[in-house]
Amino acid sequence: MSKATRMSPTVSALAYGLLGLWLIMAAFPFLWTLWGSFKVEGDFFSKADWANSIFGTLTRVETGGSFTGDGYYGAWVQEEFWRAALNTLIVCVCVVTISLTCGTLGGYALSRSTYRYAFWFLLFALMFRAMPPLTLVSGYLLPFFEWNLWGHLSTTIIVLVAINQPFTLWMLHAFFKNIPKDLDESAMVDGCTRFQAFRHVIIPVMWPGVITTGLFSFLLAYNDFAVTTMLLSKENQTMVPKLVSFLGTTQTKGNVMFAVAAVVSVTAPLFVMILFFQKQIVSGLTAGAVKG
Amino acid sequence: MKHSSFFWFVLPSAVLMILFIALPIVSVVTQSLYQEHEQVIIEVENCGPFGCTTAESVDQEATQALREAEPLGQWAGLNIYKDRNHLAFAEVGEAWTSRINMGDFFDTLMNLPFYSAIAFTLTYTAVVTPLTIIAGFLIAIGVNAVARALRGPTIFFSLLPMIVTPIVGALVLFWMVDARGVLGTALQWAAGDPDLSVKASTPLMWAMLMVYGIWSSAPFAFIVYYAGLQTVNTDTLEAAMIDGATRWQRIRYVVIPHLVPLTTFIALIQLMDNFRVFEPIVSFSAQAHARSLSFAIFNDLGGETRLLSSAAATSVLTIIGVAILLSPVLVRTWRDFGKAR
Repeated sequence: MSKATRMSPTVSALAYGLLGLWLIMAAFPFLWTLWGSFKVEGDFFSKADWANSIFGTLTRVETGGSFTGDGYYGAWVQEEFWRAALNTLIVCVCVVTISLTCGTLGGYALSRSTYRYAFWFLLFALMFRAMPPLTLVSGYLLPFFEWNLWGHLSTTIIVLVAINQPFTLWMLHAFFKNIPKDLDESAMVDGCTRFQAFRHVIIPVMWPGVITTGLFSFLLAYNDFAVTTMLLSKENQTMVPKLVSFLGTTQTKGNVMFAVAAVVSVTAPLFVMILFFQKQIVSGLTAGAVKG
Repeated sequence: MKHSSFFWFVLPSAVLMILFIALPIVSVVTQSLYQEHEQVIIEVENCGPFGCTTAESVDQEATQALREAEPLGQWAGLNIYKDRNHLAFAEVGEAWTSRINMGDFFDTLMNLPFYSAIAFTLTYTAVVTPLTIIAGFLIAIGVNAVARALRGPTIFFSLLPMIVTPIVGALVLFWMVDARGVLGTALQWAAGDPDLSVKASTPLMWAMLMVYGIWSSAPFAFIVYYAGLQTVNTDTLEAAMIDGATRWQRIRYVVIPHLVPLTTFIALIQLMDNFRVFEPIVSFSAQAHARSLSFAIFNDLGGETRLLSSAAATSVLTIIGVAILLSPVLVRTWRDFGKAR
């Protein structure tokens, strides 16, 4: 450590304290919910004593054990959450594949063109990025009803791809700018067409950027609520709208625990994703900022 | 790059964006100028032993036929914009002429759905954006100061609130501040009021929504700042130290100027995202206390009767809001790029 970054004990204590506080704020709610998802509702929302949710007093009375999988059973089997999970899987895989295919082509062209219209293209994409999805959804509904496109997974996939496109283009544009121009230009001097240069020279070196962008496309599709809830019929629901539909029926006992179990189920894949791709996520978040 | 190859490369993206972003905007604008058909009323004469009575009834078939013939509805001009649920010119005018004082006028204004939605959206954006930036900056400074081995795990846990589905993140917090949850109980204990409930109080609900906003986007600001801190010139820092700068002065005069361009970037992204705040209101079921513009659209679109025209008018007003919000940034980007090319 260099001299300039060494610090006094008070400053250091302050830094650790601040950080500890933030870590508790960031992680504790999730741990709490994970723990509580294995209890009965009377413990998760305890009128008598908040400590019940830690020790599971009522859970022991109602089920005999300290932990119960009733919430998970109810959500996944009884309410068929697995169907929603399957739909989410289909939507995410398709959205990521199509977004990246269109995005790499577009992002590559935008990074190589020196004409002014490329800049205008990006500026328009930025404006589109700012549109709240719900304003767009209110434009889709009537045409989709008229043409019988409403309620299908494929419609939702295309819409999500389109909504993701501005972001994907900006990110991939930033990544391609970092791949030296000489690489594909020398291939073209050797007689390749633009597409051949892209195919044989750029594609082999673009994967780090594409994987990072893919992660964010995945997140946008996986986390979406506005589009999926408005454009999918009850039978085709993905996980997030399905989870919200559990909340609508909270009055009946036990249903809240379905929602809690569903919340944990939705979070788990994201947790695994951060575990494996932390570096890519961090580099993706900073790509736009640090490189302009 | 040649014009023709550029064209073919961007074609798929361009088509997608035109079809599903540009055209819907046109469609929303058109829709907002039409209103639903009224039901076709027919008079039916019922003659019985005590004379005839005429009754009015809805001609379902004719109504259906009319709706199918013109799905957009009937031409309404700007009427939808002027009605009570949007700009409410009549109501605002009346409130202005009959006002006792400004506070009274604003109270009336806040009872109108559109004005209360825009008030919440703007307050949320104005409060959450700067606080997110400050929180992110503090965490970044903190992480940069701790031992290197701790940094990885810190980043890992910090990413959680941001990566997690907004609906889910908000629900997790909401269940904890429920009057029967652990934070809710803690609040009751701290306030000394056993009946305190976040759900029942408008100011607490607003505060809670904003806390969620900061909690979920601070990690983004943190990561960007943290990456920026790695590129601060250590020579400059040491030079400042030799010249006798205190720790605070080094942050103030070396680190912060280095991070200013990043702040513009974070502020831009945060403004866009905060202006569309929607999911936490659904998760917190806060509609009785706080509605954002996006939530107003959602509310019109959902339910049995889909109020397409009303939603479209709110959407157009929201898009105008976004345009105003972004205009300084766009002008600036335009100038910067103009210089660069």
